[in-house]
Amino acid sequence: MRGWLEEAGFDPRFTSLVVALALIWAALAFATDGIFLTPRNLYNLSIQTCVTAIMSCGMVYLIVARQIDLSVGSQIAFTGMVIAFVQTEWLGAEAPFAWVASIAIGIAAGMVLGAFQGWWTAYRGLPAFLVTLAGYLMFRGAAFLVADGQTLAPLSTAYQRIGGGIGGSIGTAWSWALGALACAGVIAQAVYARRSRARYNAAMAPVWADALKAGVTCAALLAFVAVVCAYPEPGAAGGAPEGKGIGIPVLILAAVAVVLAIVARRTRFGRHVFAYGGNPEAAFLSGLRTKRVVLALFVLMGALSALAAVITTSRLNSGTHSIGQMAELYVIAATVIGGTSFAGGIGTIPGALVGALMIQSLDNGMVLMDVSSAYRQIFIGLILIAAVWLDAIYTRRIAR
Amino acid sequence: MKSHTKQFAAALIALAAAAFPPAALAWGEIVGVSWSNFQEERWKRDEVAMRAALGAAGARYIAADAQGSNEKQLADVEALITKGAKALIILAQDANAVRPAVARAKEAGIPVIAYDRLIEDPDVLYLTFDNVEVGRLQARAVLAVKPRGNYVFIKGSPTDPNADLLNAGQREVLKPALDRGDIRIVGEQYTEGWAPEVAQRNMEQILTKNGNKVDAVIASNDGTAGGVVAALRAQNMAGIPVSGQDGDIAALKRIAKGEQTVTVWKDARALGRAAGGFAAKLAEGAKVADIKDAKPWSGGPKKVTMRSVFLTPIAVTRDNLDVVIDAGWASRAQICSGVDRAKAPAACK
Repeated sequence: MRGWLEEAGFDPRFTSLVVALALIWAALAFATDGIFLTPRNLYNLSIQTCVTAIMSCGMVYLIVARQIDLSVGSQIAFTGMVIAFVQTEWLGAEAPFAWVASIAIGIAAGMVLGAFQGWWTAYRGLPAFLVTLAGYLMFRGAAFLVADGQTLAPLSTAYQRIGGGIGGSIGTAWSWALGALACAGVIAQAVYARRSRARYNAAMAPVWADALKAGVTCAALLAFVAVVCAYPEPGAAGGAPEGKGIGIPVLILAAVAVVLAIVARRTRFGRHVFAYGGNPEAAFLSGLRTKRVVLALFVLMGALSALAAVITTSRLNSGTHSIGQMAELYVIAATVIGGTSFAGGIGTIPGALVGALMIQSLDNGMVLMDVSSAYRQIFIGLILIAAVWLDAIYTRRIAR
Repeated sequence: MKSHTKQFAAALIALAAAAFPPAALAWGEIVGVSWSNFQEERWKRDEVAMRAALGAAGARYIAADAQGSNEKQLADVEALITKGAKALIILAQDANAVRPAVARAKEAGIPVIAYDRLIEDPDVLYLTFDNVEVGRLQARAVLAVKPRGNYVFIKGSPTDPNADLLNAGQREVLKPALDRGDIRIVGEQYTEGWAPEVAQRNMEQILTKNGNKVDAVIASNDGTAGGVVAALRAQNMAGIPVSGQDGDIAALKRIAKGEQTVTVWKDARALGRAAGGFAAKLAEGAKVADIKDAKPWSGGPKKVTMRSVFLTPIAVTRDNLDVVIDAGWASRAQICSGVDRAKAPAACK
């Protein structure tokens, strides 16, 4: 079975991940009498997954390059407080464009945190584990100091839409248009890849396999659009309620994931990251500016944490220094479940997205089942072990 | 050069005088206060009230800040004893690590007040707010607005013993209505680390499960209440009764807007005032057993019987928002900004 799957060009790891996710969904749907699969819950799930998923995209890069960032939860807390502070205390929540400025300042703050950690790691040669452990403590403390432990609320009305709540989605028409566009992109990409492989006489998967892959991806995208369009905007006044469509956080995640997936596969920077992760010494000796690469990765991670903070604070309509606790653990777990290897050099963005979705699905579904947080943590821990175990088996098979 | 030396010597003497004031100059007994971490904003309010109460009783205040360190707190307590403290108020950094310091005070025959955090020792006077009562006040305020319907518990952190004390108080008040079948619990979740976004996700799931058929939410503090209200707003349901605790400015704003029903507020100044009053009496030679407000209590983890005073917190609703404004806890402008004048509570008019 493995043999023909691989021959047909299916990544066995990613395929088994998707199959596992499908099994989990089926089990949760069964255990919740179908509530899990209602449009409303799937819409919520898509929003709840975004924060972890966005940060997982950055974590893939870091772990591929043999680094780690334990401070992402504290980064969310600090950048979230900065954003809320700019809006409520500095510019005033309803001042024109205050929310835009606050996002820009928040992302800049995240990049500064990343640069700080990256500098100590890359240029002073300290282990990332320890530098970011220090960051974990420092940034959480700094988050407290921004407003002396106060919760800052409310935030700008326009800003609140970013969280995907009321008015926080793009409606049915735009959603279908985007879905169709994404679908066309997937097909075009498949055709383009086949053409260029043919041009270089490279080995090629059978036509049916590529068609199946593109077909399944397309079907999943359109099914998602159909589901979120079937969820009516709550409490719409009179008449037939309008479907919500794709939530804004999901669009942000999609943009981040597409850009970072392209950067990983098609740009020099992406190749440097993977080369460095595969063999740091060889990368250095072949003249890569490895320090600069590592620094850039931490800066990227800081920016993504700030983006996650934007979604969290806008969803909460407030800035609190206690947000993002344990986020680092969920982000790293999602990344590893998604097939990123701690040995370095291996990892994919789509894998991390599915990993994040899997963790959030378990959390989401088990609350519907009235499972207490203690059991939820045990379950997610077990899934993590299973993923790492599969990873170990897979790595051994390749080595053989 | 010579004048420099002189200045230096003078400075040294001044410093020594400040650090070790001769007891003879004191115009009252000395009360020593050991803070766990004065960096934290809230203790400053306690301190002001405590100093005032001590001054009124004719006692003197000396203090040390352990800056979050268990070791420094031990040294601090010894130093306070050396400086002549006749009674100690200790805000323990760690309930167990502080025990050697308490033992030292007992050897010297100095009474100790455990301030806000429990130090489980039969000779210590424990002074704090009643957390079970906080839970009762939360449930009572919500029940008054919504005597029948579907209730949800958004509890505190599973690792914090206070979370269960609060829930015990909440259940105690709701029990008769639950037994009659007037109210039903349709969802109940802990909130890891009291994190608002966790409370928000849990609330979203509970709303989904019940098809929005939720009539009231007992949230254990204002942070989790914020998460709950955000989840309700996304379903256009903001306005159903929600409880909270701490008197956060953000929560007071929600109360003014009608998005939250109650926040149970522990007036730090009341606690400081009470501690100052008791400490002054103890410093003058009264025994812990002589303090008539102190009742025997053995509800700690080790079930040690000790004397304790529990202050009653205040339930702040839209009808008595003035309480926090008059107390200087929050300003009218902070609470009332952006509130629709037509629907504003009396405090905002």
